[in-house]
Amino acid sequence: MRLTRTHLGFAALIAIGAAAPLVGIYPTFLMKCWCFALFACAFNLLLGYAGLLSFGHAAFFGAAAYLAGHAIKVWGLTPELGILVGTAFATALGYVFGSLAIRRAGIYFAMVTLALAQMLYFLWLQLAFTGGEDGLQGVPRSKLFGIVDLGDNMNLYYVVFAIFVFGFLLIYRSINSPFGQVLKAIRENEPRAISLGYDVDKYKLLAFVLSAALSGLAGATKTVVFQLASLTDAHWHMSGEVVLMTLLGGMGTVFGPVVGAVIVVSLEDQLADKVGSWVQVIMGLIFVICVLAFRRGVVGELIALARRISR
Amino acid sequence: MKRNIVSAAVVAALIGSYAGVSTAASAPKVSDGVVKIGVLTDLSGTYSDLAGNGSVIAARMAVEDFQKQAKSPFKIEIVSADHQNKGDLASNKAREWFERDGVDMITDLVTTSTALAVMPVAKEKNRITMVSGAASTLITGKNCTDTNVHYTYDTYALAVGTGKAVVKQGGDTWFFLTADYAFGHSLEKDTGDVVIANGGKVLGSVRHPFPGTDFSSFLLKAQASGAKVIGLANAGTDTTNSIKQAAEFGITPKQTLAGLLMFITDVNTLGLKTAQGMYLTEGFYWDLNDETRAWSKRFFERHKKMPTMVHAGIYSSTMHYLQAVLAAGTDDTKVVMAKMKSTPVNDFFAKNARIRDDGRLVHDFYLLQVKKPEESKYPWDYYHVRQTIPANDAVVPIAKSECPLVKK
Amino acid sequence: MFELLGITPQGLYSQLLVGLINGSFYAILSLGLAVIFGMLNIINFSHGAQYMMGAFIAWLGLTQLPVWTGSADAAMSYWVALIVAPLVVGLFGILIERTMLCRLYKLDHLYGLLLTFGLALIIEGLFRDWYGISGQRYEIPESLQGAINVGFMFLPKYRAWVIVASLSVCFATWYVIERTKLGSYLRAATENPKLVQAFGVNVPLMITLTYGFGVALAAFAGVLGAPIFTVSPKMGADLIIVVFAVVVIGGMGSILGSIVTGLGLGLIEGLTKVFYPEASAVVIFVIMAIVLMVRPAGLFGRER
Repeated sequence: MRLTRTHLGFAALIAIGAAAPLVGIYPTFLMKCWCFALFACAFNLLLGYAGLLSFGHAAFFGAAAYLAGHAIKVWGLTPELGILVGTAFATALGYVFGSLAIRRAGIYFAMVTLALAQMLYFLWLQLAFTGGEDGLQGVPRSKLFGIVDLGDNMNLYYVVFAIFVFGFLLIYRSINSPFGQVLKAIRENEPRAISLGYDVDKYKLLAFVLSAALSGLAGATKTVVFQLASLTDAHWHMSGEVVLMTLLGGMGTVFGPVVGAVIVVSLEDQLADKVGSWVQVIMGLIFVICVLAFRRGVVGELIALARRISR
Repeated sequence: MKRNIVSAAVVAALIGSYAGVSTAASAPKVSDGVVKIGVLTDLSGTYSDLAGNGSVIAARMAVEDFQKQAKSPFKIEIVSADHQNKGDLASNKAREWFERDGVDMITDLVTTSTALAVMPVAKEKNRITMVSGAASTLITGKNCTDTNVHYTYDTYALAVGTGKAVVKQGGDTWFFLTADYAFGHSLEKDTGDVVIANGGKVLGSVRHPFPGTDFSSFLLKAQASGAKVIGLANAGTDTTNSIKQAAEFGITPKQTLAGLLMFITDVNTLGLKTAQGMYLTEGFYWDLNDETRAWSKRFFERHKKMPTMVHAGIYSSTMHYLQAVLAAGTDDTKVVMAKMKSTPVNDFFAKNARIRDDGRLVHDFYLLQVKKPEESKYPWDYYHVRQTIPANDAVVPIAKSECPLVKK
Repeated sequence: MFELLGITPQGLYSQLLVGLINGSFYAILSLGLAVIFGMLNIINFSHGAQYMMGAFIAWLGLTQLPVWTGSADAAMSYWVALIVAPLVVGLFGILIERTMLCRLYKLDHLYGLLLTFGLALIIEGLFRDWYGISGQRYEIPESLQGAINVGFMFLPKYRAWVIVASLSVCFATWYVIERTKLGSYLRAATENPKLVQAFGVNVPLMITLTYGFGVALAAFAGVLGAPIFTVSPKMGADLIIVVFAVVVIGGMGSILGSIVTGLGLGLIEGLTKVFYPEASAVVIFVIMAIVLMVRPAGLFGRER
């Protein structure tokens, strides 16, 4: 296999991920980055590769977060089983929502996903087990597989990173497979794909379910890290944030969402101390600038730059 | 990626210095030689007026006054952050502060979900939390920890205060307008229990979505019930909107509104014309006596608004904490907690008040009624003090407590 | 029958009337969004923020102008605000369109949505920073204070005015767009810009004015809403999701659709509040989801 840019990028990612906490970067911050990076990558699968803008992805992130939290706290499952439960639920939810939403395209598709996510949000608000506004608190960090103590930040960090890498590789494999090619074809020219005999709806649905499942994985993992799940995870602002991360990092690129997620999480982290309400203004500015002048996102622009240089 | 390496180097340096100090064999009197207090509050959202920047100012005032009075042998530092009323942001920040920045005590924690998220983290890291902003009785009930103090107010005090007192004043039939989430439900239940226990009747209730914008239909239901008192089991803009709209529909002044969680900043927003006659319970009022007035005027100079009970509570609790550290000679959590619980609080905020085993500070509350516009003689002159609710009546009785730390 | 359902006729009528009030408010609030989407195919996510700006301008005019100019006479009355606020915010909208939105017309509609979403964040963030979140009170104008006794309830005069003002503006807008020459130019320009431009009509100008008009409508709704809701930076964000639902259900291309839907949803919401209050927030989205699946163009719309 030729050593492509992607391979190099992946190696760099692994190196950074493995070394970062050892050089003293605060592990919990890094774990947050990886969870959101996974979420953004999952979202990018749907938006960047299948060309479907969903405005309700927080539904999957939040649902998995709650289910995993409940499974670990109340049913006493070990973390890996809890995460599995959360992810499974998000997958099923993805199937249901996807089947309903796929019938429509473009803006209508986005609106259906938003409506469904809102319905789910209000459901979470009502049900007792979510704790409503208080959230699902105090989810214990027990032993992974009954052996590895996740109370230790370092242990937990490498588990989270491993989960991220797994999700990332899964997405990468999907994109660079016949399935991924068909998705691309559908995005570029749907009528043509149909005329070639592909069952377009089935492909879209599969992409949707995969995206939902991995978003769920991200949400469930996040619950284990922070030991709580709350309404923020299911709110439409969260759906907006993941769009921002993907757009900023670079839609349709492999590493874009990762970069976008890291930037957004870092900004929020740094700015929350200093500038309070300006966080929102700055996020908005980034959105606007990205849309007007920076549509390829950080990674997209870097790739374009690299291509220009190599000419 | 370059950014990560630079920031990594900076943080590594910080970690290195912190690690070096704390592994020293003979520890200094206080950890790192600095007592660090973190004010974790809502700086920009729904509760930024009743807590927010005012809380940071109150904490700073306490530190400055303490340093003047006691000529403290240790350095004191204050850090602050905006949790945006989100439990996950709060717990993340608390973790960072405890693990990375050497913060010894976190205060304010307005919004119940942030308090409930941070308390277990503090327990795990063996640091102190002093909650001034949040309301739920879970904080000293099922979720109590032995490193926590719940200083200023809780839903029980509000319920007992307003509920009992209003019934005794003749308001014996109630109808509730409740925000449909855990906080609203518990406020409705606590107050309803108190009303019934005092010979009143609850004619019904209606739950509105949280947050709501238009309450006209719910208020009409309340009106149709004919209850003498409409209890508002909600907070923030829900409360102020309900009040405005009740006035619009001619529901007040025929029926009385009881704001179960209201602050002086809400009355300021509404204006006396709209809010007049309303009953509410607070743990502090700036205009109570000369002592409170003196402190509040100093606060006003810095914040440009009169203090809410949260602000006053933060000043008092921070001062109490610092005095305990001085008296104990260390900032070790267990020792300081014991000192704080064994020393009574005696200042403008509370007289002869004690912290119980479950962490609750037992102090007086005040039943207040909003003045009519013509009765107000100067800015922020908003309340009649109708009753002082004795401290022991304003807390969950020990026998009913669900906190495992409490010996019954 | 009423006793069986557990309510009095008085209770039912009063809730229906309140539903009508809310419905007309939803209608006027959604009108601007419907115009912009119907004519320009842009989802204006900053609609909520522009609604908020309208309310703030009314408030600023009433309470702050006297402070800035030092003279109490400078206070902008409610009636003046009803005209000034839409003009000011409309101009702001035109500025946005000329400097930013027009660059995105050649691209996927998704970008217009994202741009306006980003703008909404900026506008709300700025107002939050300047004015805090607690909200400001805006008094009902003197002439509209008090209530009318309609037998089964006291109808506040101001709310009656809201019904009248909303429905008048709604139908006036519908009339202009669907029944006048100017309206037909607008509709033609958006359906087939190149052809209409070839006829000598200044299409970009039409588009700019349409966007500005839609934004002005949002601000108008803001002034109408100021005395009812607390004037706060998040007042738009609270309502924007409902507005989307109305426009989507009504049919994203149809003005009449969103007017009728706004009214209809207000009434349905009112009824839900009588029988099952906790569901009143969800019922709109349930309807939205069903409509989108069964008849995606909306009840009155045509799919593009």
